[in-house]
Amino acid sequence: MDFLRPASWEEALAAKAEHPTAVPIAGGTDVMVEINFDHRRPDVLLDLNRIAELQEWEVGEDTVRLGASVSYTSIIENLRSELPGLALASHTVASPQIRNRGGVGGNLGTASPAGDAHPALLASGGEVEAVSVRGTRMIPIDEFYVGVKRNALEPDELIRAVHLPKADGPQQFSKVGTRNAMVIAVCAFGLALHPKTRTIRTGIGSAAPTPIRAKEAETFLAAALEEGGFWENGKIIPPAVARQFAELVSGAANPIDDVRGSASYRRHALGIMARRTLGWTWDEYRGNERSAQCA
Amino acid sequence: MGVTRTPTNITQGSQTKGGIGESTLRPDGTLKVTGEFAYSSDLWHEDMLWGFTLRSPHPHARIKSIDTSEALAQAGVYAVLTHDDLPTEHTKYGLEYTDTPVLADGVVRHHGEPVALVAADHPETARRAAAKIKVDYEPLPVVHDEASALADDAPILHPGRDDHHAGQVPHPNIVHRQPIIRGNAEEAAQRADVIVSGEYEVGMQDQAFLGPESGLAVPGEDGGVDLYVATQWLHSDLRQIAPVLGLPEEKVRMTLSGVGGAFGGREDLSMQIHACLLALRTGKPVKIVYNRFESFFGHVHRHPAKLWYEHGATKDGKITHMKCRIVLDGGAYASASPAVVGNASSLSVGPYVIDDVEIEAVALYTNNPPCGAMRGFGAVQACFAYESQMDKLAEKLGMDPVEFRQKNAMSQGTIMPTGQVVDSPAPVAELLRRVKAMPLPPEKQWEAAGDAADVRALPGGLSNTTHGEGVVRGIGYAVGIKNVGFSEGFDDYSTARVQLQVINGEPVATVHTAMAEVGQGGVTVHAQIARTELGVTQVVIHPADTQVGSAGSTSASRQTYMTGGAVKNTCEAVREKVLEIGRRKFGTYHPAWATAELLLESGKVVTDGGEPLADLVDVLEGETVDIELEWRHRPTEAFDLVTGQGFGHVQYSFAAHRAVVEVDTELGLVKVIELACAQDVGKALNPLSVKGQIQGGTTQGLGLAVMEEIIVSKDSKVRNPSFTDYLIPTILDTPTIPVDVLELADEHAPYGLRGIGEAPTLSSTPAVVSAIRAATGLALNRVPVRPEHITGT
Repeated sequence: MDFLRPASWEEALAAKAEHPTAVPIAGGTDVMVEINFDHRRPDVLLDLNRIAELQEWEVGEDTVRLGASVSYTSIIENLRSELPGLALASHTVASPQIRNRGGVGGNLGTASPAGDAHPALLASGGEVEAVSVRGTRMIPIDEFYVGVKRNALEPDELIRAVHLPKADGPQQFSKVGTRNAMVIAVCAFGLALHPKTRTIRTGIGSAAPTPIRAKEAETFLAAALEEGGFWENGKIIPPAVARQFAELVSGAANPIDDVRGSASYRRHALGIMARRTLGWTWDEYRGNERSAQCA
Repeated sequence: MGVTRTPTNITQGSQTKGGIGESTLRPDGTLKVTGEFAYSSDLWHEDMLWGFTLRSPHPHARIKSIDTSEALAQAGVYAVLTHDDLPTEHTKYGLEYTDTPVLADGVVRHHGEPVALVAADHPETARRAAAKIKVDYEPLPVVHDEASALADDAPILHPGRDDHHAGQVPHPNIVHRQPIIRGNAEEAAQRADVIVSGEYEVGMQDQAFLGPESGLAVPGEDGGVDLYVATQWLHSDLRQIAPVLGLPEEKVRMTLSGVGGAFGGREDLSMQIHACLLALRTGKPVKIVYNRFESFFGHVHRHPAKLWYEHGATKDGKITHMKCRIVLDGGAYASASPAVVGNASSLSVGPYVIDDVEIEAVALYTNNPPCGAMRGFGAVQACFAYESQMDKLAEKLGMDPVEFRQKNAMSQGTIMPTGQVVDSPAPVAELLRRVKAMPLPPEKQWEAAGDAADVRALPGGLSNTTHGEGVVRGIGYAVGIKNVGFSEGFDDYSTARVQLQVINGEPVATVHTAMAEVGQGGVTVHAQIARTELGVTQVVIHPADTQVGSAGSTSASRQTYMTGGAVKNTCEAVREKVLEIGRRKFGTYHPAWATAELLLESGKVVTDGGEPLADLVDVLEGETVDIELEWRHRPTEAFDLVTGQGFGHVQYSFAAHRAVVEVDTELGLVKVIELACAQDVGKALNPLSVKGQIQGGTTQGLGLAVMEEIIVSKDSKVRNPSFTDYLIPTILDTPTIPVDVLELADEHAPYGLRGIGEAPTLSSTPAVVSAIRAATGLALNRVPVRPEHITGT
């Protein structure tokens, strides 16, 4: 196994172009486990830890450019107000040690349906900045997950950053595991309200071959909110609407039975999480509206 | 070396600092917390090779051929061994039956069974070479439960058995069967106003010790071998290793290395023989260390069990009778199954007075992973079932579950179903009273912080699944009974060698035993005992090895009792010798040397009145007292194979728990808020260690209640051999564990102490499940309880 340690981003891109099968490693929290379990024996490991800019983030007018290696701990500590859904998801990633090492770039690179960041990224919306010696392209997050542990990257591309819109409304993230910390998701759900565009976005983890959105549920809820004038009047969402939303989220999932949980439990739990997170986000939205009016 | 009886009625004073009863700190504590402790996986030797074990991917298969040529041809490979390469006709080993092949002999009987060994100059080279060994398997039908084990056409997994139970078992796929009949359950059932029955199931729990199996074998110049290894019982290993190697026991020199937990999982051999074989074959030191994945295949697990129970009771709440049948899945090899059967049957009644019982326990041979010793050892499975039954009975009678238990609780003088009279304190009702009397944790603790819910106090924790929605509190109680020490007539002894001499002007005691310190704190306690008995401050604990007599296993809650007892016994003999020297040297200077009861305290010989007679340094000047003695607990008897009657257990241990849980009834997630425990420990030699043991055992029981299970598929394959999918409690899953310690002396035991390590593991599980039932109203007859069970999905 060759171990390449590029000193700069340009060197890293050149190395990836030269060794398209090279597996990038940053925090190593996925890659090292796969190597330890002998699930993967890459010919070449491409160590990105010397590239400091991958660990930096920039908060712009409307978006956050989050370097691929910014640790989950950094996200929790520094970007809670800009990226609340991702910050909540980051809290559920493994243990403190792993949160200190791992970043969103790794989750995206592995593209496991169980990656904790995905539901939050899908709910937020955003773009993955994929770079190669050929240039840079922005891949919408909705088009990034293409199969079981497969993503839309070309073999010569590396993830430089993700560009996420700063939250314009409440966001929530909820994850079921069979212990109260340090657990791989049995299933997970991300929800973001986007009052500016009066849209809803969702993300489902560990309940389909890839992370997915529950688009029918989103469309239903957006229409129901619009029809009832809820964005303006800030009324409590009727239980029937919440129930229907929950059912549509459940229905969007395509889970399997495995050692972590049954398919029917995953569907059931997603419905519960959808209903609860909707309640929490909407309460927050109403609270914000009220305090805005008072001010 | 015979048993020497030395006076035990002398009350050594507690003047000496760091003696028994103090919470002296353990020497390994800081090192372990800071990561500096040297575990067996850290062993290193110049020029050493790395061993690797090729394991079977099949649960049951005939091996048609093995081709090792390609592996042997690989650069860096020094040896490849299969069954055909074993040096003697002794090719099997085992704790109770010699039924486990060192390397598979033409057939594999479980997923992960060792088939071949490789030694290479790098672990990765060894692993790759092993992958090049070509094994031609012909899969065979799989035995995976009682029905398939006893079916007419069931494959007989061990044809031609010659173990000591072979003639008595009803079927060759039954490892051992122990019935217990006392009174007349049929007749007594007629008196019952209510009868409840239930079928219960316990999943396969793993010891999940953090230090994987590892050790280093170094070939000796005399043709022998030095083995450094993490184990639970050096001399038991030795007895099994030496014949396979074709060496006399004195040429296999074993030294205990840093042990990262055991919980029963190191009673059976893992890599010991394999490393020795490779070292003797190559003439080089060989290290083997399993990774976590391999560790799940490298040791036995807790027996999964199915248990059928029937109890009756009169309207006023007295239990009339009990019938039960316990089926334990022993897996492919016997391991400790026979003794586990003995425990499960003899403790199946629980800590209750029931005169009329019909009990049967069996262990099966199957193609599932071998199961054997784990903390609680057969009593855990039974406790989950009988405590579930107690709740059912109380409910049916409309009685408070604690009062109902207290009404039927055993006490000193109670006759066990085996006919044994319990002849030391058995404060079962009192433990229940104490645990119930503890203040309850406040309701809705997640609201304590203010506006936002503190998710850490809620089911799901930081996974943020509820802010209080769907959460219901439940409270449950349970109590259990565990035997201490080896039972059923086993000649249970331990050995201690104690030296006392002056080093640098100070009296220093050296305590040498073969006790495996697996984290339980034995070395701390040995030093405390030596200080108390010999009145010294400086105690050196010699590394545990086979240069001293056997200490028996660090299991069965027995080491403080047994090796602690042995250290005390030898110290007493040393003290007698010291006083004899003192009398010889100084007896003429003071009449008290001849007339008074003399003690050793704070480096002096003193009278029982406290008058100092001489400095220990002066007595020991030019002398070394060095004594090694064996020490035994009082003998026990085997259980009658038909009636189960017999004085089978030397001591019993009791703990009670109250569990308080918050259950997210919609998502089926559980947060255990508090697990209060009351336990009688006889005498707390080190109160801090006692508390640690109780909290650790409690947490392990919680793990079984809500998360820990090795999932074995219908075709007998292990599906979750990793800490990703075999979950053990994290600190966020661990509740507050208030501990109430009772010290009622057992007059038969050293210092009156009671073995404590296992009892808290028993009652913790049913208490948690009882609390979940209280919160959900569900029957929940299986552990671990999964979210699917609570949500009906």
